[in-house]
This record gives sequence, structure tokens and C-alpha cells, in this order.
Amino acid sequence: MSEAGKVIEIEVLRYRPEQDAAPVTQMFRVPFTDDMSVLQGLQYIKDHLDGTLSFRWSCRMAICGSCGMMIDGKPKLSCKTFLREFYPAGLRVEALAHFPIERDLVAGVDDFIVKLESIKPYLIPKESRRLEQGEYLQTPHELEQYEQFSSCINCMLCYAACPQYGLDSKFTGPGVLALLHRYNADSRDGGRDERMQLVNAEEGVWSCTAVGYCSEVCPKAVDPANAVNLNKVESAKDYFLRFVRKQ
Amino acid sequence: MSGRRPYVRSMNGWWRRDPFFVRYMIREATALIVAAYALVLLAGVLCLAQGEAAWNGWLAQMQRPVSIVLHVLMLAVMIYHTYSWFEIMPKTMPALFVGGKRVSAAAITMTGLAAAVAAAAATFAVAWMLRP
Repeated sequence: MSEAGKVIEIEVLRYRPEQDAAPVTQMFRVPFTDDMSVLQGLQYIKDHLDGTLSFRWSCRMAICGSCGMMIDGKPKLSCKTFLREFYPAGLRVEALAHFPIERDLVAGVDDFIVKLESIKPYLIPKESRRLEQGEYLQTPHELEQYEQFSSCINCMLCYAACPQYGLDSKFTGPGVLALLHRYNADSRDGGRDERMQLVNAEEGVWSCTAVGYCSEVCPKAVDPANAVNLNKVESAKDYFLRFVRKQ
Repeated sequence: MSGRRPYVRSMNGWWRRDPFFVRYMIREATALIVAAYALVLLAGVLCLAQGEAAWNGWLAQMQRPVSIVLHVLMLAVMIYHTYSWFEIMPKTMPALFVGGKRVSAAAITMTGLAAAVAAAAATFAVAWMLRP
């Protein structure tokens, strides 16, 4: 079957703060082939139809986490979603939901970055070792406790899938809490006590109502809903065990 | 001077935006009906404590056609509630390993549903055997 001559309609929610009071939609007709991603469709628009269109991208292979956007209302990586899925009906793209729109398809992610830094997303060694003592050893079972949560690429699709974050952005949110769990669940890490303050806070795990859509949209199978809900148990244990724990 | 003027979109009607959110809202709403049914049973227990006349009055209320229709509706809601509860269960559990292999989310959900069906069948069997 010939692929020549196929054209798809892409509706883009545009917002140019210097001229638009509110976002407006703009329609583009984009010639495409079956191997073209939505990101490539946007690149075609920028190169041939309207050079003012703004969007983030980098790796084109679902590892940098830059090109997340709402595609027909669902949070997706535009590099990992293909135009052919939407032919002939066409598609609509919009900046990631629940974040402010900075410009066109670029979401303002300052809040996410602040939260990401707040959870100390690095190993805080349980015991300090000198170089000659060798590496920190870990069994395959210990690795398995946190491995899936370490796959997060900070693409923020889970935030765009989380109505609790959309309704109140004080919520720490699925992605950052999953990363927090990634370090707390690491047998080499000793930073749990510092991070539990954030877990136990009202903006921590207790703002989650187990909608579960975050895990559904995650392109890396991190399962943030699992990390958040596991930490509800951890938080409850933290609360009750203080009565019996030796000081 | 910064030209930044971030635009915040409204959350009005958020739960209608995606079928996933609609299912979530139904799941949450079924909890209210489950609670309502618990109150119906609690009323029965209170009537039982008040003596035979009150108990028979409660039984008569339960046998009215409108009450039977409500019970059928509440049963349907309860079944959906049970299903949705076990559907989300794998998200609330730590990774489970059997024989060194991780138990899949689907297996956890199916085990939970099977347990619920078995418990319901056992309750029904006991009620059937104890019927007057």
C-alpha cells in the first residue's frame, strides 16, 4: 500500500503570552508517513508551516522525558506516540495538564523541580566507607525492592494524570514520591528519617486518593501509585511505632 | 523584565475528561452505597435489640417491593465495588515474591476476587442451611 500523500490534521492549543489573553487552538495539515511520531509532526509544523510553535524535546527515544504533552486528552510522550494511530480522524495536542502553560506546548515545571530537589533524590549512605573498603554490596532481592522505581525519567506524565495534583498543587505528587521511595527502599541508603517528614506531611502520601491513573500513563512502568500507597503503610507505621520505639 | 505570564487552566469538570476518572468517581460513589447498606443492617441489629415487635417491623420493611428493588440495586453496586477494590489492591501492596518470582498484579486481583466469590458463596450456603 502506498503511503504517499497522506495528510493528518493536528490541532494545537497555542498560547503566546505576549499576544494571547488565553490559549487558542490552531489547526495544521501535516503530510505524514506511518513511521512518524507526533513529535515529528510538530517538527514538520515548526520547519515548514509555523516557526513560532514552541515545544520541548531532546532524545526522540523515550528516555529524556522532555516531550510529554496531552495527546487527544491523554498524557503521552510525543516521541513514543505515532501519528498513524490518529489517522484519519486527526488529533489534538496540548501542554501537559495540571501545569501552567508557559508557551504553546511548554508547561511550567518549576514546582516539580522544587519538589524533586526537596526529597534528596540521591543515596545518603547508611555507613560511610573508605575507598579501600570496596563497594556497597547488594543482593538481587535487595535490588528488586527499588529497581522499577529507579526507571523514572521525570517526564511528569503522572502529574498530568493526577487530579489531586491538578486540584491542589501543594501535593508532592506521584513521580517525586516514587523517586523518594526508590531511595528509601534502597538497602544502601540511610536517609529514610529525613524523607519520612515529607511522606507523613499532609502534602505527602495522604493527599493521594488512589485514582491510579499515574501508573497507567507511566511510559517506564514505574508504578508510582504503588510507591505512594506503600508509603501510606510506612507513614502509618511511623506514626504508631513512635509509641513503642526506644528513643 | 520577564515576559512570563503562565496560564493556569481550569479544573472544572475534570472527572468527565477521561473514562478512567469516570470509573474512579463511580468506585468512590459505590463506597457511599456500601456505607448506606451497612446502616440498613445496623438498623436491623438495633431493632433486634428492642424486641420482637421492632424486629418483625424491620423484617416487614425489608420485604416491601421497593426494599427488594433497592437491595437488587445495592447488590449490583456492591459487586462493582468489590471488583474495583481488588482491581486497585496490587497498587497498595509491597512486591510479592513466590518461588523467587514476582506475583503479577493480575494474579493478585484474581486471587482477591476468587476469595470474595468464595466468601459470598459460603455466606449464602450458611444462610440457606439456616433458613426457617
